[in-house]
Amino acid sequence: MHTQTLKKEKSESVKSERITGSEAIIRCLLAEGVNTLYGYPGGAIMPVYDELYKYQDKIHHVLTRHEQGAVHAAQGFARISGKVGVAMATSGPGATNLVTGIADAQIDSTPVVCITGQVASHLLGSDAFQETDIVGISTPVTKWNHQITKASEIPEVFAKAFYIAKSGRPGPVLIDITKDAQFEEFDFEYQKCTGVRSYKPYPKVDEKSLKEAAELINKAKKPMVVWGQGVILGKAEEEFKAFIEKAGLPSAWTILGASAIPNSHPLNVGMVGMHGNYAPNLLTNQCDVLIAIGMRFDDRVTGNLQTYAKQAKIIHFEIDPAEVNKNVMVDTPVLGDVKVTLSEIMPMLNENSHDGWRAEFQRLYDIEFKKIIEHDLYPTKDGLTMGEVLKEVNLQTRGMAAIVSDVGQHQMIACRYANFNVSKSNITSGGLGTMGFALPAAIGAKMGAPEREVVAIIGDGGYQMTIQELGTIFQTKVPVKILVLNNEFLGMVRQWQQLFFDKRYASTEMINPDFVTIAKGYHIPAQKVTKREDLTAAVKEMIECEGPYFLEVAVEKEDNVFPMIPSGASVSDIRLE
Amino acid sequence: MNNEIKPFTVSVYTENSIGLLNRISAIFQRRHINIESINTSVSEIPGVSRFTILVEVTEEQIKKIIGQIEKQVEVIKAYYHTDEQTIYQESCMIKIKSSVLLENQKVQNLIKDNGARIVTANKEFFVIEKSGRKSEIDQLYRDLSHYGIMQFVRSGRIAITKDEMKITEMLSAFYQ
Repeated sequence: MHTQTLKKEKSESVKSERITGSEAIIRCLLAEGVNTLYGYPGGAIMPVYDELYKYQDKIHHVLTRHEQGAVHAAQGFARISGKVGVAMATSGPGATNLVTGIADAQIDSTPVVCITGQVASHLLGSDAFQETDIVGISTPVTKWNHQITKASEIPEVFAKAFYIAKSGRPGPVLIDITKDAQFEEFDFEYQKCTGVRSYKPYPKVDEKSLKEAAELINKAKKPMVVWGQGVILGKAEEEFKAFIEKAGLPSAWTILGASAIPNSHPLNVGMVGMHGNYAPNLLTNQCDVLIAIGMRFDDRVTGNLQTYAKQAKIIHFEIDPAEVNKNVMVDTPVLGDVKVTLSEIMPMLNENSHDGWRAEFQRLYDIEFKKIIEHDLYPTKDGLTMGEVLKEVNLQTRGMAAIVSDVGQHQMIACRYANFNVSKSNITSGGLGTMGFALPAAIGAKMGAPEREVVAIIGDGGYQMTIQELGTIFQTKVPVKILVLNNEFLGMVRQWQQLFFDKRYASTEMINPDFVTIAKGYHIPAQKVTKREDLTAAVKEMIECEGPYFLEVAVEKEDNVFPMIPSGASVSDIRLE
Repeated sequence: MNNEIKPFTVSVYTENSIGLLNRISAIFQRRHINIESINTSVSEIPGVSRFTILVEVTEEQIKKIIGQIEKQVEVIKAYYHTDEQTIYQESCMIKIKSSVLLENQKVQNLIKDNGARIVTANKEFFVIEKSGRKSEIDQLYRDLSHYGIMQFVRSGRIAITKDEMKITEMLSAFYQ
């Protein structure tokens, strides 16, 4: 660490005080506005927990039942609140259990600070009890990480960690602290970090590229926007809405971009990607200008790159220069925070409506409705569909709930059919596809936005990956609503087996336990619905319950999610059946 | 863009931080790109380190790699250059038996003709050092191997670009 590489917030009356490293950690967290953290104690982090005992009126520590739960909860907290989530664990297995969540936060650009205890510095590298090289292990999946071996490093490293986690393209940071550094006394003073010499989180906006982009948009006959989470992370929802409304741009979203503008907005033409909507996928290969905003051309979005939007001029609004031309070669990159670039391009844009071109999206939506949506939302067969359950949730929450979904068929159905009327309403594991994400993430989301209804939508497979977090819900009484859509299969894998592996259902059928009894074992009210006529009342009871609630719905065992772009196929080859 | 695979010299200016080598090498590793040679040292700027990495890839690949390297928090700036844009050298040390050198005029001539220099000498062995292009060092190695080489070691490439790299200006902007 070199102090000369940091910029610090000016403070006229910084007083130093002699305290231990452990207390310094708590003081740093308080200085960064942290009032909730998720974690699990153990030998190498015990001094910090001991200090937390003293500060429990200022910091709410949530004891999760597994460290993976802690980091997912921190992610849920961060995703809904826009603040930095914090997770803490001990050394060795405690630290390695964080890794899945850290990787998830990295790929989904979630600002999280993870704190791990470490064996005493004189034992480093000696294979001591519960020693792992967590800095080495987490290097590929963190935005930044650092090991502290002296208490005096704590203020500067924490200030830098929070600054890096939340600035520019956000991401996870890990701080590993040896036990002796936690005990050591030093003169503490804290100044927030406002800059790191080698780190440029906000690229300089180039006027020329803005002009080029505006010219392309103004000349376009068939323009189309694909927006991603960058709009939400940049707090640019209003700027984005004004931008698409002025130029009349039909706009589609990636999974993590969902909810930046309401689904009901006339320019919102649905979701792109493997299980996205028919119109925006198909028309990606017919538009003349494709405007990508705060998205990264993930392979689940583009399908086969050789055939992706080859006819279109491509504009890419992006904060991370490494994303430009990474997967798709673009004609006009517009680097910068989209809140800034979308504001600055506005005066250069002509007003337009593109009515004829937008009608084409409607025509294709009507085809998708008849072939798929109608069946999903208004089924005529006996078996319950996941879609109709989502429709019921929309009705009972008036489309205002934050939906925290796990990974699989139910996730795609949730993204397709949930009404997102408020920004930051779709909290899901996008890039990593982490089963087990939703239950702990919902805990964090509800704590990050207690005023909002938070409904976790989970499949029977993912639910059992972190089911122990029911214990956290029981202990904290956090009023999350848990909705398990049970098809007794690892549904998405089964769907692939049906379509591409001759229905050889290898290890995808689940013999499940009695989920209602398990929930009741944790003193969480629960019920199971197997018939359509009971669905409305059950969802109503769940939403109206003041505390946490568990609802299991037995859905069709072998239903499929369509549309679907087979893996590696072109977006134009989207299948309706 | 030219998709020919050729040598590129990557120069990375960084903060002097523990663990950065791991982060940078992982960028090559996850793309399954072999690093031909790597050298880290101080740079012309106090407190700033410089990595010199030699890889054989396409220009499209190297551009993406540079983007990923620059994305690392503690990387100040990364550049890539072709052989024509740099002045580069490698260095090697060769240990041979003293008897070989003393008894064979050809070996003495090889050392002289190749511009190598004797670093140390004693009764048992001589150590010679040579700096130059990879091909020159390869040639000296091949020539001396006929007479028996006790030990051979070669450094990674170090390179200086013909064009200016405005790192100092970039850093001074931070303090304004």
